[in-house]
Amino acid sequence: MTSGKMADEYGRKWDRCLADTAVKTVTGLGVGVVFSVLFFKRRTWPVSFGSGLGLGMGYSNCQHDFRLPYLVHGRMVKDQ
Amino acid sequence: MLRLLLRGAAGSARKNGGRGPVAHLQPLRQYSSSQSSGAAKVVAASLLTVGGGIGGTVLYAQWDHKFRATVEKNVPYSDSVFGLILGPAPQNAGPPVRTQLESTQPQSMLEKRAKTSKVQSEKKVKGTTETEAIEPTPTVSVPAASMEEASVEATQIISASGDVPSVPAPCDTEPTVVTEHCDECHPAGPEAVLHGADSPTEQLVERPAEEVSARLAQQDQDEQNVLAAVSSSLEESLACSARAALQAIGAQEAALQAINQHTQKLKEAMEAESPPEEKSVQWKDLEAALMDRTSAVTDATAALQKANEALDSLRTTIRNSKDLKVAAARPLVLAAEENLHKMAVDLDRVVAQVQSAEAESKIVSQYSDLVQEAKLQFQKEVSSLTPEIQANWKGLTGKLSSDDLNALIAHAHRRIDQLNRELAEQRVREQIHIDAALQQQKLEDQRVLENAVSSSLQHVKEEARLEQERKMNELREVMEAEMRTQLRRQAAAHTDHVRDVLKVQEQELRAEAEQVLSSKLLDQETRHRQLTQEQLDNFTLDMNAAYARLKGVEEAIDSHLVAEDEARRAHQLWLSVEALNHTLKTAGAEEPSVPLDSAAQIVRDSCREDDFASALAEALPAESLSRGVYGEASLRARFNSLRSLVRRVALIDESHNSLYQYFLSYLQAALLFEDQQVAPPTQLSSEDLDPFKLLSYASYCLEHGELELAAKLVNQLKGEARRVVEDWLTEARLTLETRQVVSLLSAYANAVGLGTTQAP
Repeated sequence: MTSGKMADEYGRKWDRCLADTAVKTVTGLGVGVVFSVLFFKRRTWPVSFGSGLGLGMGYSNCQHDFRLPYLVHGRMVKDQ
Repeated sequence: MLRLLLRGAAGSARKNGGRGPVAHLQPLRQYSSSQSSGAAKVVAASLLTVGGGIGGTVLYAQWDHKFRATVEKNVPYSDSVFGLILGPAPQNAGPPVRTQLESTQPQSMLEKRAKTSKVQSEKKVKGTTETEAIEPTPTVSVPAASMEEASVEATQIISASGDVPSVPAPCDTEPTVVTEHCDECHPAGPEAVLHGADSPTEQLVERPAEEVSARLAQQDQDEQNVLAAVSSSLEESLACSARAALQAIGAQEAALQAINQHTQKLKEAMEAESPPEEKSVQWKDLEAALMDRTSAVTDATAALQKANEALDSLRTTIRNSKDLKVAAARPLVLAAEENLHKMAVDLDRVVAQVQSAEAESKIVSQYSDLVQEAKLQFQKEVSSLTPEIQANWKGLTGKLSSDDLNALIAHAHRRIDQLNRELAEQRVREQIHIDAALQQQKLEDQRVLENAVSSSLQHVKEEARLEQERKMNELREVMEAEMRTQLRRQAAAHTDHVRDVLKVQEQELRAEAEQVLSSKLLDQETRHRQLTQEQLDNFTLDMNAAYARLKGVEEAIDSHLVAEDEARRAHQLWLSVEALNHTLKTAGAEEPSVPLDSAAQIVRDSCREDDFASALAEALPAESLSRGVYGEASLRARFNSLRSLVRRVALIDESHNSLYQYFLSYLQAALLFEDQQVAPPTQLSSEDLDPFKLLSYASYCLEHGELELAAKLVNQLKGEARRVVEDWLTEARLTLETRQVVSLLSAYANAVGLGTTQAP
């Protein structure tokens, strides 16, 4: 059952990840389009920038989500 | 110099098998021409430094051995290098010196020991001689050399330690010591000599008191006898001489009386003018007196002689008794001597009186002779003148004629003239005669004086001697008394000491005797106790044996009961374990088994007394009790579904977990093909730890029903794959654990059951 859970979790992670990335990319695209239209005289670079930004954010989130079990949070102990 | 060093270092290093710099030297030399001189300089400088360091080390090691030892310890092969260059390390000079000291020390100790032993032996000798010194004086005065030495030492010790004040006084130092002790010495001396000669160093046995007292008594007896004899002899001779002396004195006095009488009578006869008849009577009396006198004088002389003889005999006896040297007789002797002296004095006095009386009578007789002569002369003349007239002229008054008367007167006148002339002549010669007479008298007086002086001197001498003797006697007595007291004191001290010693000895002996007695008693008691104890033990043993047998029988019965009980319980346990085992089998394809709790409870109930079984029952994992365990089939199915996932995340671990890695791992999983099932090797090597291989091994094991091995193999997965497989692993572990416990329990139950069944 748990292995199913693991597999399901794995799949769920992936789903989330992809959905998130897609959403972000699209959002970025949209924002880019908006900015391109509004501020940058319909250049393409804000669109690509925005979409890239969104993709990158999604990618980063996805990576972070997969890395989560391996992340070690350490604290600096100051010497008194 | 340096080159020599270098060469030496190089040579030694070559001998030992080469060193770094040496090995490099040659090829470097080859390349030196090709390379620049700068490199050669550097190389040379380095070589120089190294060689100098080595040479310095060697020199210092030669000088300081500790440094050499340190270097040899720390640097390998340096000891051989040092050995080659310097020679073997010098040995420590410490131990031989120490051994020498030790060897000399025992010698001195031995000497000391010898000395102490000698001193001890001397002390022992001294101790014995000290005891000897307390002995009576004669035994110490034995003139054996060792004895003398010992006595000297003893005196030294005694004087040093201030011990017994009695210093041994040998006889020979005081010959005039108490005579009785000397008497003791003489008979005891030879005996003591023998004694001493026999055992000079042993402790002399004190002569037994009885012997000493007997000897003393004997000596006293002898003394008494001698004394009695001497006193009797003295008394006899004294009495005899006294008698004789008295007789002599009486005789002398009688003689004196006679002489005086005679003289008186003579004087009377001479001077008195009496009628002729009385004259003849007087002359008769005179003659009688003279006879008396002569007889008295002879008697006196005889008596005097006898007295002298007696006195002489007394003197000889006194001398004899003096020669005997018996002290007690001394006063007697002294008294006898005094008596003798007195008698002699009396006799002399009387004799002197007699002699004076005799001298007087001699004068008177001389005078009478003269008168008689004159008378005769006159008568002769008268008769010559008148031959017819008789001599008795007093009766002639009527018969004479005038011629005769004239002739007589003329004769008388002539006679008167003659007499006057003689008188004148006599007066003239008076002085001469007086002188002569005086001289004669002087001579006589001198002689008498000499006699008197000599006799008185003798008397005085005798008296002085007697006085001296008396004083000496007194002194001797005093000395003797003092000696007696000292001896008495010594004897008292001796008796005290002896008493003390006896007391101590008595105590010691008593203690010893008591100890012996107590030990014997103790032995007896212990023996008695031992016997009783033995008897008791035997009885106890028998009783114990009987009791043990009884107990054995009882135990056999009990054990039978117990065994039966145990058998029942074992059966029960087995049944419960079988039930548990059965519940395990209820695991379905996808569901776990029923919870094992109830079965486990039954098992626990059935094995309440059995620790092992109860421990095992406790060891069942809680999860299995509450939830149950999965069966092997379900695990297998799950694994198969897990396998693809594991393949997909094979490359992901802690460090590689980016999305790119994920992509790569996916790619790998897509491209890599492995066998579905591969038999695992007996020993896993490092290349077998690849996840894909492990998965194939594990599936093989699972297919063949080896869940344990599969779990072990799956356990080798690392990283993300491991994380994915973790749940499955836990489940597999749970199942395995439960199955293990159950199998153990069943095995145990079987064993117990087998154990408790009794073979018919």
